[in-house]
This record gives sequence, structure tokens and C-alpha cells, in this order.
Amino acid sequence: MKRTGLIFFPAFDWAISPTHPEREERLLYTQDQVFEEGLLDFDNIIEFKPGMATPDDINRIHICVPDAGSVITESHLISAGGAITAADKVLQGKVDNAFALVRPPGHHAMRVVHGARGFCNVNIEAIMVEYIRKNYGPKRVAIIDTDCHHGDGSQDIYWHDPDTLYISIHQDGRTLYPGSGFPEEFGGPNALGATINIPLPPQTSEEGFLHVLDNLILPILDEFKPDLIINSAGQDNHYTDPITDMRFTAQGYAMLNEKLSPDIAVLEGGYSIESALPYINVGIILAMAGIDYSHVKEPDYDPVSLKQSDEISRYIEKEASEIYNLWKKRDSIKEDLVGGAEYVRRDRDIYYDTDGIREQQKETVRICNDCGGLLTIDSTASTGNKIFAVIIPGQSCPTCRSKGEEIFASTDKTSLNYAYFQDRDKNIFLVE
Amino acid sequence: MTDKVSYAISSDEKNSYTGGTMILGIDVGGTHTDATLIENFELKRKAKVLTNRENLMDSLLEVTGELFKSENPDNLKRVVLSTTISTNAIVQGKTERVGLILASGPGLSPATLKINDDTHFISGYVNHRGIEAAGIDHDEVSRICTHFREEGIDHAGIVGKFSTRNPGQEIEIRDIINDNLKHVSLGHRMSGNLNFPRRIATTYLNAAIHDLYTAFVRDIQDFVGKMGADVPIYILKADGGTFEIDQSTEYPVQTILSGPAASIMGVLSLTDCREDAIALDIGGTTTDIAIFADGVPLLEPLGVTIEGHKTMIRGLRTKSIGIGGDSRVKYESNEIIIGPERDGPAAAFGGPSPTPTDAMIVLGLTKIGDKDKATAAINSIAKETGCPAHEAAKTIFDQTCLEIAVSVKEMLEEINNRPVYTVHEILEGKKLTPQILHVVGGPAEPMAEHLGELLGCPAHIPGHAEVANAVGAALARTTAELTLLADTEQQTLTIVEEGIQTQIPNGFSRDDALNIGKEKLRERAIKMGAKEEDIAVEVIEDQEFNMVRGFHTTGKNIRVKVQVKPGLIAGFGKEQTI
Repeated sequence: MKRTGLIFFPAFDWAISPTHPEREERLLYTQDQVFEEGLLDFDNIIEFKPGMATPDDINRIHICVPDAGSVITESHLISAGGAITAADKVLQGKVDNAFALVRPPGHHAMRVVHGARGFCNVNIEAIMVEYIRKNYGPKRVAIIDTDCHHGDGSQDIYWHDPDTLYISIHQDGRTLYPGSGFPEEFGGPNALGATINIPLPPQTSEEGFLHVLDNLILPILDEFKPDLIINSAGQDNHYTDPITDMRFTAQGYAMLNEKLSPDIAVLEGGYSIESALPYINVGIILAMAGIDYSHVKEPDYDPVSLKQSDEISRYIEKEASEIYNLWKKRDSIKEDLVGGAEYVRRDRDIYYDTDGIREQQKETVRICNDCGGLLTIDSTASTGNKIFAVIIPGQSCPTCRSKGEEIFASTDKTSLNYAYFQDRDKNIFLVE
Repeated sequence: MTDKVSYAISSDEKNSYTGGTMILGIDVGGTHTDATLIENFELKRKAKVLTNRENLMDSLLEVTGELFKSENPDNLKRVVLSTTISTNAIVQGKTERVGLILASGPGLSPATLKINDDTHFISGYVNHRGIEAAGIDHDEVSRICTHFREEGIDHAGIVGKFSTRNPGQEIEIRDIINDNLKHVSLGHRMSGNLNFPRRIATTYLNAAIHDLYTAFVRDIQDFVGKMGADVPIYILKADGGTFEIDQSTEYPVQTILSGPAASIMGVLSLTDCREDAIALDIGGTTTDIAIFADGVPLLEPLGVTIEGHKTMIRGLRTKSIGIGGDSRVKYESNEIIIGPERDGPAAAFGGPSPTPTDAMIVLGLTKIGDKDKATAAINSIAKETGCPAHEAAKTIFDQTCLEIAVSVKEMLEEINNRPVYTVHEILEGKKLTPQILHVVGGPAEPMAEHLGELLGCPAHIPGHAEVANAVGAALARTTAELTLLADTEQQTLTIVEEGIQTQIPNGFSRDDALNIGKEKLRERAIKMGAKEEDIAVEVIEDQEFNMVRGFHTTGKNIRVKVQVKPGLIAGFGKEQTI
């Protein structure tokens, strides 16, 4: 048995719009099932009220345009605050692990925020992780994103961070939003191998997920040796999810959490609110608390009809071994990729589907062997906002910091709507 | 031991009430049985006798005999009893063997849910929306019923997961058992709330004390008859409300832990409490803490716990800590430790160990007991700590008060930090800020002022506190609650405590649910014995969710909970205290 903290915040009075999947009703039946099972009566399951995140917590990791207050609602502050509460309880030793069963989700929110993407405005895990580092010292963190959609926001934020291992396991991007998350997306030049993408074919079932966990994720975690494991716990791989095409089950989610043994789990997506979420969430809570979950089954659960094809099994076995080989070679790849370059730039078009905003972004990173590397971002959005941001990485080396300070000081700000300077080690966030 | 006190009506103004409403309130406690006679909302007489645990009836006759020496029972309008009979039966294990039939469905493992060897799991169940996911196997139920009879089990509890969303299966199982067993308790009748393990425990206890309680009810009815009174009799429940005695036999489990409830209702009636407040009952061994929000006592959020059984019984929220006037004081590893043990009475009354009471005697805060004995006991601590007796006494007294105050603050903190599930409640959530501290119990007088200082609010010691429980029982109103779930997609309305599931039209609205809820609650409260003027309906849950499938709204999920909250009977008006 473990002491498990539960931060439950269903936001029964908040929705993106009345019939949007991210609406008031989403955790209603989960609440019913959790209450009816009497989970809060277990001595080792302790419920905590979520705190509220602050704009400072958001500005530590995001560049919100024009500012944090304009891109979020109170509900986002509570959702991120719930994740922070979970972290506090674990890091203060009040519980062994914790599950922030909160909404709205966050893993599609990238570093620069012009609006909402994939139902997400700010990235609640990233806000939590940087809060942890700020308050509890530097930590090596592994985020295992088990949402069915590629967590392109979390990937973007941690692309250059060698101390954060981001592993996403999701339905193949050729068949599902946001269309990214392929194995060759492997981390920025200073953080190769710190991003791992594991796209799975549609109709993958329990055995496929568990194969990848046993043969790829757990071995990589063994080598990365994180101080903290976080499950970005989307629940839309379920066989009844209306917007995806996978065959995962409540039993599978519970087993995954038992094997992964995350310190903190944070709810992400999952929109089969009646047939899946109540059972998955009870399964995850029981698994985290070390209580028998073998009887948690959906009413129509039928392992035979949910079995994946042999073809899918072979495909996944092959892919898992290829990705593992790639990970093994991560250090030698850097030289081939970077050569003698001092800076590496990536240009991207980013679409905010929820708010219908387009963004053109140029992101430049300084090649650095001593830290994640100085980052500068030019971003122009269809809202008319043109911004420039200088981001000093966490645990920054002196060179990256002084270069960043120079660049910000010498930037011509007249053609920009806003210029941002972010130095989270020194707790500095400037907007001009 | 009889301590009869007459109480004279104090002013002409108070005599102006007419109609002669005389109420008899009796509290049968573990040690004492108290009775009060209240006329026109004034305490007219009070009496206290030792409880004869072997024969409660003797105690009742003795205490009322005292009370009615010079009163005419014809003026009596009602009798209200607070009793420990159910609590004691459970604590002492004087319960019936109960067979349980559980329709548990998926979720927790049966091994976790099983509470006795006579627990049987069957195959049917309903899901969280109250939709039947698997039907009841009649042969399976019949076989279990036959097995019960062979085993000599004639009390059963039937409990389904989510039966509060659809009581149909529990009723179906009962109908299969039909009249083959002496008593059957149904889970959905216990409470409208969700919590399957608590529903099982509550239903089990209800069936287990049914016979004993029913016999008690017959005795009480005989007793009141013998007094020559033909008046309604009420029993106090754990939530500080009452119900009519005939109704109570279906729900004996509602009467567990009504002792602390009587005490809290007593404070309420003795103090005219209308604000956020703290009530402390400082006894010999323990101190009980209760909290009022705007003068309404707070309830346990999930239900009361008795002998390790977590139940769904609505009960007043109390916290009991192991520190009281007779707590043993010792000095260990440079620390003074107070309680939780009690070795006996205070040293001043011949007890073996120093106690906070002795410290208060040494400090001159109270003049009870033998001061020399108290001083000697405190000296034993003073020697160990290496300071004068007076200083040791001060340290013990301060620490006793401080530990109680810390527990009160923890309880307030817990209440103020209770999880809430809407953005609105997070932003606007009311925080309790007690304006007054009410203290009853033996050491109330010497401790109240200092406790008030520590808790930052004025302290008040109500009069007649020694019969607070009996007064509280006498003046408590009838409470009731009702839970409604309307599912317009399925076109069903469930009123669970009444076991009703009925059809509703498509256009059924939240207002419809509220109106039906209020009306049905009124009917239920009257059935339970409420007087029309006492039924102040309060809506405690009122939620409506769009049910969206695909991207279309297919119906509404409407949830309404209404209650008559704990409080004092009407007529016991504003600015009035006993």
C-alpha cells in the first residue's frame, strides 16, 4: 500500500462551450464512480483541495501574449494549481504519490501562447515541473505522456532541456491530431534523446501498450535515472473514446500505472466520459495506492474482441526496438547533426485549432555543452501580435546568460508589440 | 443519587405565552439519565439520576417520577428521547446475525467489501447512471435465501452498487426473498448519497440492531402510556434532528451516536447561537469539539463512524480528543504529557495521578476538592521539572488549554480546506471565522476565559449546562433529506430515499425537479413527525449538466438534494435561550 494524494477538481461550472468535449459534465461520472467506490474512505487515499497557480508560476515557463491574464481563465489557474498541490504533497513527504484529477488539460500548450490549442491554454505539467525546481531544487524529471494525442506542447517546452525526459506514447500522427510525434522527433541539439516519441498504430490494445512500456520506456527510465516520474495521464486511448481509434482499457491503464509507478499523475485528455473515464480513473487511483484493481472493468469489457492483430504486434515490437537503438546512439548523433554550428534555428507554422490562430515562429538555440542553451524566439501571430523573446534556460551556464542579457538589451523593440526576457533561475520576467 | 432542581419562570413577560406547550426531554446517557420539563419554551424542571444499564426502564421511571411529582402529565404535548441503546448494542456486540446480499458490479474487489462471513455477492448490478448493466439471477437469490434459513439467519441486508441511482434491483431482490426472513434492510433507504462500502456497513448495522431497537420502542411506548400521557414520542438522531417513534423502527441505525448530537443541540438551545461558533464539551477523559456555521451545527461530510464501521448516517461533526480535566499528567523526557489516559478522578478527589483539575485547584481557579491532595500531586511534577508548584500548575494549565485550542484550530482548518468542485466555490468559498466560544463540562468555568484568548474569541458558559443534552433533545426539530436525480435522456426521475423511480417527459426542467423535491420533502418530513411550522426546506445541491453524445445534447442530468436542516423547533424564537 502507498499513501496516495488525490486532487480532484472537476470544475463543474467551466466549459470551453456548452457541447464542447471539454465541458462541465466531463468528470461527473468519474466523480460518481470514485464516490460510490468509497475511495476517499481508504486511510491511504487522501484528498487535497487544489491551490491556485499564480501568473508568476506561468511566466516561469510560458511566454503568454500579451500576458498570462489574457490567455487564461481562473479554471486554468486552479487546474495548474491542482498539479502544483499534488507536487507539494509528494515532495513534502505527506504522500508517496499523487494524482491531480483536474481539468482543463495542458499538454498541447507550447512555450509561446497566443491562444488555446487542442483544448489547452497553458501547460499544467510544465508549470508544475518548474514550480518543483524553483521550490525544491534542480530535479531530473521524466514525463511519460500516455494521452492518445501527441503532447506537442510539452515536447516544445522541453525540446532543449537535457534534464527533462519527455516520452510520448500516442496514436500515429498520420491518423490523428496534432499530426506530429514521430520517432525522429528526438529532442533539440543540446538535449538529444530527452524527447522520445512512440507512435502506435490505430487499434493497438493492452498488449501493445504494455510491450512498449516493458521493452522501451522502463529500460530508458532505468538509464535516465529521474528524480521524479510524472504521468501525463490522458485517457483517450480507451476503446470507447469518441475521437480516437485505440483499444486500451481500464485494466490496461491500471497496469501501466502500477508498472510505471509515477510520483505524480496529471489528467490530460479523455472524452469517453461515461463509458471509460469512471473506470480508468478508479483503476489508476487503486493502482497508485497499491489496492487490488483486478475487478475494475467496463461493463462491456471483452478482452477477446479487444485483442490487437498479429500484424500490429509485430509492427510495435519492431518499432520499439528501433527507438531503443536510436536512444542508445543519442550522444553520437549530436556531432552529425550540429557539426560546428554555434546556433541552430527551427522555423515553424503553429496552428491554434481551438482559437483559430496561426503563428509563424523562428526559434534559435545556442549550441551549449554546459546547459540547455540560450533560446531566442521570433513569433508573429494572425492576431497581429509580433513578439521577440529571450529565454535563459534553467541551470543556465554563465555564457548563455550573459549573451542572452546582451541580446535583449540590444534588441530593437520598435517593430515589436512585445519583447520578453525570461530567466527562471533568477526569477526575472521582463516585458517591454 | 437524585439532584432535583426547580426552576422558576423569571418574568411576567415570559408568562405571556399561552397554550401550555409542555415538552419532556430525556437523555439516557452512559452514566446519567437526565430529564427536563420545558413549558412555553422555558426550562421548568430538571432532574438527573444514575443510569441503570441493566434496566433502562427503571432509570426512566425514576427520573420522570422526580420530574412529575408536582406536575400534571396531561399538559404534556410531546416526549423526546435521546438514547444510547443503539450505540451500546453495537459497541457491546449485542447484535443479530445478518446475511448480506451484495450486487457489487465492477470496482473494488469483493474481498475488500466483505464485512462478515455471511456476505454473498450476486451477479446483477446497475451503473453510475442507474442503468441496469446486468440483471438479477432469481435462482441465485433464492439459493442464498434458502441458505440463510438453513443457517438460522433471519435478518438480511440487500445492497447494490449505485442503488441510490436506481433502487429497482434491491427491491427486486427483496421481492424474491418475500416473507421468508424476519427482517430485510434495503441499502437505498439508508441515505441518498453515493458510497457503496458505507451503504453496506449502514445497512448491515440497521438490520443487526433491528430487533433490540424494536423491543426498546415497545418499552418506551409502554412507559409513556404508564405515565398517563397520550402524546407523540420522538427519538433523537445522530444529525441532531428527531423522528417519530413508529417511523424510527425502519431506521434504527439513524439513532446511533445521538449522544454528542444531543449535547450540541443543547448548546444551541442554551445560547441563541446564530453566528460561526465553537462549542467545547470538556469532560474528565475527553474534550468534544463542535463547530457551528451561522448557528447551524456542521454535519460529518460522509457520515459517522462507529466501532470502525464507516456509515452513511448523517451525524453532527464532532472531534473528540483525549484530554480532559482528569487526564493523567506525567513528566517524560523533559516534557509534560497530558492524557490521553485517565487513571481515575483528580488527585484532589482521591485519584492516583496529578491532573489538569489539580493544577486548576492549585492555581486557585476553582475551589473544588481537597487542595492539599491537589498540591501534593502537582508537587510531584514540580520536583521533576525543578520549579515551584505554582509554576508547574501554570505550565500544566496553559498546556492543557493550548492543546485543546490547537485541536480546534486544526478542525477549523480542515473544514475551511474541504475540497470543492467548482471555480465559483474556490474563488468565493466561505471561511469559518468563529465569533464566540461556548464551553460546557466540569472544568468550563476555570478554562473558558483562557481558551477564548487562545482562540481569539470571547468565551461563554451557558447556564443549565449539566442538562444540556436533555434540553437539546426536547427542543430539536424533525429533520429529513431527499435526493432527486432526473435523467431526461432516459426520461427517469429517481427519488431515492422513497424508493421511487418514475417516468418524466422530455422537457422536464431543473425547476420541476426542485418543486417536486420540495413537495416530497415536505411530505416525508410530515411522515417523520415534523410540524408544518418546522419545515424550512433548504436546497443543498442543485446542479444541471448537459449530456452530450457526439456533439449533440441528448438530455440533461439534473441533481437536486433538499433537506430540513438540524435546528430548534419553531416557537423557540429569536433571541431566546433557555
